[in-house]
Amino acid sequence: MDMVAGKVKMTQQSVNAAMNPTDMLERPIRLTARDVTVHYGAKQALHGISIDIPDRAVTSFIGPSGCGKSTFLRCINRMNDTIEGARVGGTIKLDGEDIYDPALDVVELRARIGMVFQKPNPFPKSIYENVAYGPRIHGLARSRADLDEIVVSSLRKAGLFEEVKDRLNEPGTGLSGGQQQRLCIARAIAVGPEVILMDEPCSALDPIATAIIEELIDELRENYTIVIVTHSMQQAARVSQKTAFFHLGNLIEEGVTEDIFTNPANKQTQDYIMGRIG
Amino acid sequence: MSEATITARTASSLPDRVRLRNRRNAADFRLRAYGIAAISTAVGLLGILLFTLVLGGYSAFVQTHIRVDFPIAAENVDPANPAEGNWRAVVSDAMTTLLPGTHSPAETREIAKILTSNTQFFVRNAVIANPSVIGGTLTLDVPAADIFDQLNKGNISRETPEASRRVDDQQIAWFDTLVEQGRVSTPFNWGLFFNADSRFPEIAGLSGAITGSFYALLVCFLVSFPVGIAAAVYLEEFAPKNRWTDLIEVNINNLAAVPSIVFGLLGLAVFLQIFGLPRSAPLVGGLVLALMTLPTIIIVTRNALKAVPPSIREAAYGMGASPQQVIWHHVLPLSLPGILTGTIIGLAQALGETAPLLLIGMNAFITSPPGGLMEASTALPTQIYIWADSPERGFVSRTSAGILVLLGFLLVMNAIAIFLRQRLERRW
Repeated sequence: MDMVAGKVKMTQQSVNAAMNPTDMLERPIRLTARDVTVHYGAKQALHGISIDIPDRAVTSFIGPSGCGKSTFLRCINRMNDTIEGARVGGTIKLDGEDIYDPALDVVELRARIGMVFQKPNPFPKSIYENVAYGPRIHGLARSRADLDEIVVSSLRKAGLFEEVKDRLNEPGTGLSGGQQQRLCIARAIAVGPEVILMDEPCSALDPIATAIIEELIDELRENYTIVIVTHSMQQAARVSQKTAFFHLGNLIEEGVTEDIFTNPANKQTQDYIMGRIG
Repeated sequence: MSEATITARTASSLPDRVRLRNRRNAADFRLRAYGIAAISTAVGLLGILLFTLVLGGYSAFVQTHIRVDFPIAAENVDPANPAEGNWRAVVSDAMTTLLPGTHSPAETREIAKILTSNTQFFVRNAVIANPSVIGGTLTLDVPAADIFDQLNKGNISRETPEASRRVDDQQIAWFDTLVEQGRVSTPFNWGLFFNADSRFPEIAGLSGAITGSFYALLVCFLVSFPVGIAAAVYLEEFAPKNRWTDLIEVNINNLAAVPSIVFGLLGLAVFLQIFGLPRSAPLVGGLVLALMTLPTIIIVTRNALKAVPPSIREAAYGMGASPQQVIWHHVLPLSLPGILTGTIIGLAQALGETAPLLLIGMNAFITSPPGGLMEASTALPTQIYIWADSPERGFVSRTSAGILVLLGFLLVMNAIAIFLRQRLERRW
């Protein structure tokens, strides 16, 4: 704590969120990545990333802008496939299955690994339709009643139901920023994923909405594996159990959050946390 | 320096500053003046065009009619077989009765010609529909022949010497008698919209042309809309970005600028000669117009697809939607307003195209509206072209009237496009 006293305050919340190292080591591993590289055309964005993501915990990726943390996040649910000229190398395995296996259906993969984006992007449809879209296209509901139940429970889990229960037919774009982001989280939850990826989910929100979402993440981690990219070290400290520090396309250091912030092994990590770089 | 002052970076002296300001203001004023001059010129030219059209064409929207009592005498019409009656006699008897005095046979023929030459068929059809009037009198408002229509509207001047006038004094005297009897009226010329083309301007109308244009536009829409959208979706969403797709894009943009007569030649060579489709048919006209409208629809659709924010697509992909689902469920519905607007504008352009339709023969003289897509027909612009060439006096004003009708349709279509664009416009 002494090294970073001024920089990162370990609040009560983060003490609760923090886990002791033995806990972390005992958790089963959900995702493994080995030597993942990404090229955009001729430019190499990621240089051999290897990391394990533990089950039902929050892992955060931190690092300065342009360090590749969002790129790596998008590799996990193969969103880089939609980018022209992006080539992904190395292996990423979800529960032991290689997700880049050509025989694997990427549509089903994305139902198991959901994503929440930086800027809330609800569909220009009603709130109900936003949440119902995923279950519909994946055939998760057999009847209208089933669908209603999924929508309501997803909205409840995202902490949004009480606020919107009277206006489920109003457009999703009519909500405030924080509510829209929670709608996007509800939408991601509705398909029953195992992993939820969040790409700087709070960076476009005000502090109060941010606090609500962080609380939500804390509740969600009991049932979902969460990977969050954030440029706020305070957020990473508050919310995550495992932290990985990226810099210039390399994974510099990873470990239990408390250790990274109090006693980083690598000098670059230390510099970043102290605010000397990034 | 103890007294260092910062001097403002403007002109050094007051007269300099004033001069700069005056120059600036003068330049502002000039710019605005150029803009106003340009707009005034454009509006002025448009105004002249419309004014000339209306001036020339307004008289064609009314048609002189004469109310005539036709005695349906048994000697001329057999009740058992009304169609075979001597309808010419019915007409000339009725007309000579209206004009008092005795008339020589030549005069009788001239008097009968005051009415349009199809009068006998009008009377015959009215009697066949209502056989009970046989033995009685049938009163009809019949269109006057063209020269009397023009006389009534004042287009034939009474002051010119008789030798160079289209109607002689005797004819004018007969006509004036009918006017005194209160039998001459000028109701709205519904025939302009409901009659087909004819040799006689007084009964010529645009119904054949409107029907032909409608069929042609229908074919154009049904062919170009799905093909154009499918091509644009493929080019925008699925095609890899390489030299071939660049080439295709350049070619499509160029096709939009090709003179329309070239498409007419293409239609002539391919649709008429190679495929052997019937000449002058709305089907062929529609296919040629579809070829012309296709590049427009592709370009408009691509722009509408590009306008859908990538965040929507990312959200859909992130949910596990396949590319086909992303397009059907999200991208197309959101770009539909833009696509529709562009399509309607493209169709409005196709409506007014004359050159390609002329080349595939849709300027034939057809006196009835087409029954279907494969029958010979005219279209609005080609009908106007035919009328512009015709010698009869009545066609002069009808040409302008036809142009006004065409402009009216174009205005309505563009208004619908603007209305749709405003109603359906979305804000993300």
